Amino acid sequence: MKSAVVLLPGLNRDRDMIAALTKISGKAPVTVWQTDTEIPDVDLIAIPGGFSFGDYLRCGAIAARMPVLRAVAEKAAKGVQVVGVCNGFQILVEAGLLPGALMRNTSLKFVCREVKLEVTNANTAFTRNYSAGQIIRCPVAHHDGNYFADPETLASIEGEGQVVFRYAEGTNPNGSINDIAGIVNKAGNVLGLMPHPENLIEAAHGGNDGRALFESALGLPKAA
Amino acid sequence: MIKARVTVTLKNGVLDPQGKAIEHALDGLGFGGIGSVRQGKVFDVEIDGADKAKAEADLNAMCEKLLANTVIENYSVTLT
Repeated sequence: MKSAVVLLPGLNRDRDMIAALTKISGKAPVTVWQTDTEIPDVDLIAIPGGFSFGDYLRCGAIAARMPVLRAVAEKAAKGVQVVGVCNGFQILVEAGLLPGALMRNTSLKFVCREVKLEVTNANTAFTRNYSAGQIIRCPVAHHDGNYFADPETLASIEGEGQVVFRYAEGTNPNGSINDIAGIVNKAGNVLGLMPHPENLIEAAHGGNDGRALFESALGLPKAA
Repeated sequence: MIKARVTVTLKNGVLDPQGKAIEHALDGLGFGGIGSVRQGKVFDVEIDGADKAKAEADLNAMCEKLLANTVIENYSVTLT
């Protein structure tokens, strides 16, 4: 299975994402730069975390207007799977590929710790190797992860099963509405989440709870 | 040269933790009776030319496309 990683100035989790995709798929992802207007044929496009364009204006706002994001949107419209992690999630909402907005953490602090996530929808391309209601561990590291949507949008995404991950067991690190940690678009092929599953894929990370997300997205069988 | 000021503010009902922190800090400085503080952004923009109607239309488009996130923010444009 082929994958691509989007590179933008200021991202800093790109190497982690490339390493995770290489280890899990057995093939190094292609990389696409901010000015690229076309993305090769791949099964999964990943937008990593970091601080694209220094978080100027709003997190992800400038990145979302770069040519490569138009190319991502074209691929997404054709059904290619897209995952945005952390700043990648912020970029996807700023680009309008996912509903809502990500605001400053209610604590006003940068939060770097491990949280618990509940897999609230295991019927997506990104979560089919998890089971519904499963609680997994996952690291977070962000300042602006406080998911917000107006009441109408919120009712719609909750009703359509678009909330895929929720912070569980009182570990919501940012004050996000309904404990939302990750959502998919209506079509189900674009996922954004604040936690970093790419940082928990093998024993050396202290666990592999994040691995099934990439295995699901890459169409790989559930690891034993 | 046209000069304009764009003001971007959070919509009502959107939680503003930064505004809250500022509110508490002002209270701590002894400024009593503060109902609430909401934080926003101001952009001073200079545009070549003299066509004010076009400048205003362009500035509104700039707000829609980049300067404001209309999911959470309102904006207003004033030519100065």
